Amino acid sequence: MVFKQGEGGMQRNPVEKLGETGLYVLQDMGRMGLYLWLAIKGIFRRPFRFAEFMRQMHFIGAGSVMVIFFTAASTGMVLGLQGYYSLHKFGAEGMLGSAVSLTLIMELGPVLTAIMVAGRAGSAMCAELGIMRISEQIDALECMAVDPFRYLISPKFLATLVSVPLLTALFDVVGITGGYIAGVKLMGVNPGSYLEGMRTSVTNHDIWLGTIKSFVFALLVVWICTGRGYLVYQIRGAGFGAQSVSRVTTQAVVYSSIAVLIFDYLLTAVLL
Amino acid sequence: MSESAIEFRDVVKSFAKTDGGRQMILDHVNFTIPVGKTTVIAGGSGQGKSVTLKLILGLMPVDSGQILVSGVDMTGLRGRALEQLRTRFGVLFQGAALFDSLSVFENVALPLRERTTKSEQEIREQVMAILTQLELTGHEEKFPAQLSGGMRKRVGLARALQLKPEIMLFDEPTTGLDPAMTEDIYNLFARTQKQVGYTAVIVSHDIPKVFRLADQIVVLNAGKTDVFASPEAMQKSQEPHIHAFVESTMGTVNK
Repeated sequence: MVFKQGEGGMQRNPVEKLGETGLYVLQDMGRMGLYLWLAIKGIFRRPFRFAEFMRQMHFIGAGSVMVIFFTAASTGMVLGLQGYYSLHKFGAEGMLGSAVSLTLIMELGPVLTAIMVAGRAGSAMCAELGIMRISEQIDALECMAVDPFRYLISPKFLATLVSVPLLTALFDVVGITGGYIAGVKLMGVNPGSYLEGMRTSVTNHDIWLGTIKSFVFALLVVWICTGRGYLVYQIRGAGFGAQSVSRVTTQAVVYSSIAVLIFDYLLTAVLL
Repeated sequence: MSESAIEFRDVVKSFAKTDGGRQMILDHVNFTIPVGKTTVIAGGSGQGKSVTLKLILGLMPVDSGQILVSGVDMTGLRGRALEQLRTRFGVLFQGAALFDSLSVFENVALPLRERTTKSEQEIREQVMAILTQLELTGHEEKFPAQLSGGMRKRVGLARALQLKPEIMLFDEPTTGLDPAMTEDIYNLFARTQKQVGYTAVIVSHDIPKVFRLADQIVVLNAGKTDVFASPEAMQKSQEPHIHAFVESTMGTVNK
């Protein structure tokens, strides 16, 4: 096969392009790995920025309460209705509490909370860091001998790692309540069987599984979202200026959501 | 010969091109920046002026060679050692690089809060003193978006001077400013340099005006450097590319 040389210079063949892409992926993984290490190390570096940590907790945690509340209520009520119709066919409406609570605690609670946080707070963190990068604010911090990880990134990491499991717990409680309203109040399931089914079927292991998942998902979301913004100039095809920030922000939300879904399967397979 | 604040030794820096080749920015470059003097780094667009500043600050790695800052090779430094070296620098970025979410006062106070153990009272006094010196009083509660271009540069300068740097780097300090404001900013540089006694490195397109501050000029062209002891020496150069550069940047002034 003959590969023609283009007017603008050497035209690379598919093998070279594949190799180049492979090298880029390896470089990107290395950069993101180093980024994660520095961000986690920054959490333990003194002086700890408590005020910034609280500000991030307010933004990521408290600021996400309403969106989590409505998503959880809607999801729980839909689960209550769908569960009722499915279980009713087998005369097993009494299992509704068990089905709703296990689905929410082990799967939907951690996954939907992480995706909602990625969309609301992750995109904002990515855009903020991307703008700080292109306007040389991060360079300015480095030039003032201020560690940008300790100053900017690590408080976001810590706040996300604390907030997301708490938001997941909120999601579970609101979702189970939504399922109760739909199943018991609207469809007439016995309230005692709903609550008793939930009490007897949900074990500590299930709660731990949900908690571990929410913690891992929080790490994935904050790592990918802040990392894409911080490394905006190193991302192939991102371009420059405002356009680069918009591209990496989209990329951050998509990648972190996909990562959450992939890790959901992996964690379930390993820990269940 | 005066002592050098910064010394480039055989420095090479290149970037990858989209066709797989390398674009040479600095090709085995050697020059020194003397202590306490003002060095202007000049050259056409894309010749590597801002890259040179980033190399000095360790914001970019060199391909090969050494950059000595007060005799210390900073190209091999990482982490806290690099941070420590950076405390010797003050930088005024092209767009001032002020933190958008912080007020003028908070921007100027940031280096003191992060790099010193001063009390809030001491920080307030020091910040207000420099804001007064740079005629910024009354603006301390404003945010960067509420300031004019010239005022942003002043705030950037105030922030950069807070830790009393030994070396000040100015990246295109008058870009986007009107002639009166440009004059004002250069007067401010001259005044603060006299007061603080820093070594100044100025990257600028604004050739005729910035030359009056220059003790030395480094011209970057096609990866190589030409060093001149004064603007007059540069204007007298018979090198064709220097002659062309002088003509293109100063010709209209001299005529």
